[in-house]
Amino acid sequence: MKTILYIIQKEFKQIFRNKGMLPIIFVLPILQLVILSNAATFEVKNIKFGYIDNDHSSTSRALVEKFNASTYFNVLTVFPSEAIASAAMLKGEVDVLLEIPNYFERDLQNEKRNNLGITINAIDGAAAGIENVYVTQIVQGFNQNIKMDVLQVSDKQIQPIVIETIPLFWYNKTLNYKTFMVPGILVLLVTMITLFLSGMNIVREKEIGTLEQINVTPIKKSQFIIGKLFPFWVIGMGLLTVGLILARLIFNVPMLGSLALMYLYTSIYILVILGIGLFISNFTDTQQQAMFIAWFFTVIFILMSGLFTPIESMPKWAQTLTKFNPIRYFVEVMRMVMLKGSGFTDILPQLFKTALYAFIMNGLAVWSYKKTN
Amino acid sequence: MKNNNVIEAQELTKMFGDFAAVNAISFNVKKGEIFGFLGANGAGKTTAMKMLIGISIPTSGKAKVAGFDVFTQAEDIKKNIGYMSQRFALYDDLTVKENITFFGGIYGLSRKQIKEKATVLIEELGLEKVANTLVGALPLGWKQKLSFSVSLLHDPKIVFLDEPTGGVDPITRRQFWEMIYKAANQGTTVFVTTHYMDEAEYCDRVSIMVNGKIEALGTPKKLKEQFKADNMNDVFLKLARG
Amino acid sequence: MKRFIGFIKKEFYHIFRDRRSLFILFGMPIAQIMLFGFAITNEINNVDIAVLDHSKDAITEEIINKISASKYFSIHQFIEKERAIEAVFKKGKIKAVLNFEKEFSKNLVKEHKATIQIITDATDPNTANTISNYVNAILIQYQQELNKDITIEYQIVPQTRMVYNPELKSVYMFVPGVMTIILMLVSAMMTSISITREKELGTMEILLVSPLKPIQVIVGKVFPYIFLSVINAIVIVLLSIFIFKMPVQGSLFLLAIESVLFIISALALGILISTISTTQQTAMMISLMGLMLPVILLSGFIFPISSMPLPLQIISNIIPAKWFIIIIKGIMLKGVGLQFIWKETLILLAMTVFFIVLSVKKYKIRLE
Repeated sequence: MKTILYIIQKEFKQIFRNKGMLPIIFVLPILQLVILSNAATFEVKNIKFGYIDNDHSSTSRALVEKFNASTYFNVLTVFPSEAIASAAMLKGEVDVLLEIPNYFERDLQNEKRNNLGITINAIDGAAAGIENVYVTQIVQGFNQNIKMDVLQVSDKQIQPIVIETIPLFWYNKTLNYKTFMVPGILVLLVTMITLFLSGMNIVREKEIGTLEQINVTPIKKSQFIIGKLFPFWVIGMGLLTVGLILARLIFNVPMLGSLALMYLYTSIYILVILGIGLFISNFTDTQQQAMFIAWFFTVIFILMSGLFTPIESMPKWAQTLTKFNPIRYFVEVMRMVMLKGSGFTDILPQLFKTALYAFIMNGLAVWSYKKTN
Repeated sequence: MKNNNVIEAQELTKMFGDFAAVNAISFNVKKGEIFGFLGANGAGKTTAMKMLIGISIPTSGKAKVAGFDVFTQAEDIKKNIGYMSQRFALYDDLTVKENITFFGGIYGLSRKQIKEKATVLIEELGLEKVANTLVGALPLGWKQKLSFSVSLLHDPKIVFLDEPTGGVDPITRRQFWEMIYKAANQGTTVFVTTHYMDEAEYCDRVSIMVNGKIEALGTPKKLKEQFKADNMNDVFLKLARG
Repeated sequence: MKRFIGFIKKEFYHIFRDRRSLFILFGMPIAQIMLFGFAITNEINNVDIAVLDHSKDAITEEIINKISASKYFSIHQFIEKERAIEAVFKKGKIKAVLNFEKEFSKNLVKEHKATIQIITDATDPNTANTISNYVNAILIQYQQELNKDITIEYQIVPQTRMVYNPELKSVYMFVPGVMTIILMLVSAMMTSISITREKELGTMEILLVSPLKPIQVIVGKVFPYIFLSVINAIVIVLLSIFIFKMPVQGSLFLLAIESVLFIISALALGILISTISTTQQTAMMISLMGLMLPVILLSGFIFPISSMPLPLQIISNIIPAKWFIIIIKGIMLKGVGLQFIWKETLILLAMTVFFIVLSVKKYKIRLE
């Protein structure tokens, strides 16, 4: 026990003495939380919208006015011809293009039916889908308006059936994206910082030669490892704390569940990450390698964690893969506890899997750490 | 421990693939001896030493260090030895005092012992002024002396020195050897590798390794007689040229 | 010159002997492209929903069947009480609950109006909103079926044409981003670390006192990474063409030139980082936290820049990756030539020159 304290003391001294690293460990993550949480949004707004009005009638103007009134389409450009509009789309100046055909009003009155040309830049497929929904909604609303006008003059006894839908958005009434992303980004930061620091730490001693000096001492493997990893565990928990405070103060993200539960889960989760870091450390010779491998797995883990894109949308095999992804569980727990107030029994499956993971990873790490070659 | 041997090696071998880095070497080292382990670069000195200090498992052969088996009791060996590696292996980003405290700590010395040792050690090395300076800022010679002292912190039975005087000036080398003598006088066995042949003269006994084998073993005087040479340098050249 | 070539050879040996890093260097782009192409999508599929049906009559059953038949939803469970909603949401699997009012059919027949609540777990606002919209769309269609005999209506039907990516594949969107990230990673991060490594191990001094000019040392160090980056870029383009059938509409030559320009700017950034950091750890953390995350999040790779708050939109302009992504999207998907992207190219070029000048300056100062 005393031996471990000496190692912990040494590690902390080294961490706090490295003036280059300190801001990176503590300031950068905070900046990132603040900046990136604002950036990470799939909301589609400020759509660059343009139109070509070949009709110049009161109906076509009314339709354009409908788009103008929508909050999603705030940049309206009118194009005199299709050629100019296409060029603008190639340049990326416009993403949704509405083309009102000749004799739009006349045909509508005569045939009660008419087509509208919509062109959407679909490179971002998901955004294009949403843009299409917005356009359709506006056009449908416009149809409804005409219908109303018509119905007033026609037979009032034919009354259409209406199924009314009331959307209720629980836990996030205003659909504020930051409420969703802040806990996710926090997961990302806690994971990355602890993984990279622990992953590089032992390789660094290997590289500068001090590890050999440690290996000829009678210190026990477990003592050395616990002593080495504990400071990073503390840093991880510290980051969580700072992150939670910022989430509250700056982003007003609620904390509906139990803070103690959050800390309990995180304390186990960080063990998983440290175990992985140590494992990487054992199998690499240089910091460059260690960092590279760590980065490779983090990127895959993050992409497959449901942090940015929903897991349910993935194909079955990919969903199965995510079951082996510790970040997935942390993201889930963080959002469940903070935003929904889920309790101990709700997160029990995640807690159990994470604990198992921690046990296995640290077991592997201690086993693969060899004082003797 | 019969016949006072603290290191006994028999047919000790280390293979890297097909290459025998250390090829069936046998020798004994007596308690309190200064044993010089000589050889050109790449002769296998460091590899042999790493087997003896328990961080490299021998491919075959037998060896006991401080009465413990290198195969099965490596951790017991580590309690009884000190080691100073070829590369400077103290922490550059810790101060002199912090390094002493840390290594004292992991060898299980008490706070009080560490404090006493640190005071004595710093005074002996004349490092009072830089006791709270980061080790990285010290000149190489000072670092080496500190390194040696740190390896003696826990009063080991044997201390292994891997080319301890590489790259330092003659005066510092001289002082370094005085420190080695002092340790030996206090009963510590010293196992030292070097390729400075003049240093070999300071040893009680030396062995000379060529291509993984021990080609000569004895007191410097005996070896000079055996090879009809004036000094160890000539002995070495004769051996190395075959 | 001969010495210089020898030096470059040494750098190549370093890289090629390190099998693990090499494996990742080439495995990473492949793995990422595969994941983005096959696994990751921000569309909605097979969302688990629950139903709370207070009426249990013919019409509600029909509606439930309609919803269950759609590829977007699978009905996971039926619940009986309002109270249970909270509980299923807290477990996390169910993302929405459809709540049919009492006497649904009766209301529909008598009053011509009935109500369904679409309760969504809006912790993920994007998913919640999309679910809500999709359910709505299914219901509107059903409503039109019910009304088809009685309504005479005017209808404007939007004919939507999805250009550049008619099947709305998300891989189209992600390939340019992955390419950018990989090039950035290999060029900036690897260079900065490999130069810092020589500094940390003390071998940099040896190189600098050698007859090689400092500029040769630096060029020699970055050259292998240019080579690796180019290979990676080629692999990514080939994968996207042959596996995801993603067309390259524009000129491959232009694409190559622009990629090299971006690689050079990333290398310059890497050198810059190495001049300000003394340990590999610092270099790595700076490249990672200061470079990679902003590149991923602020470049328009995953998240649309136009939806970000204004200050971030402004900040995004100083990120070279943003311009490069616009350029490759233009060349690969829209098939544009230089006349449409000269502005972006010029910005990238200016940034590159700026980084090079700055790092040369910094580098000189350090040597004196």
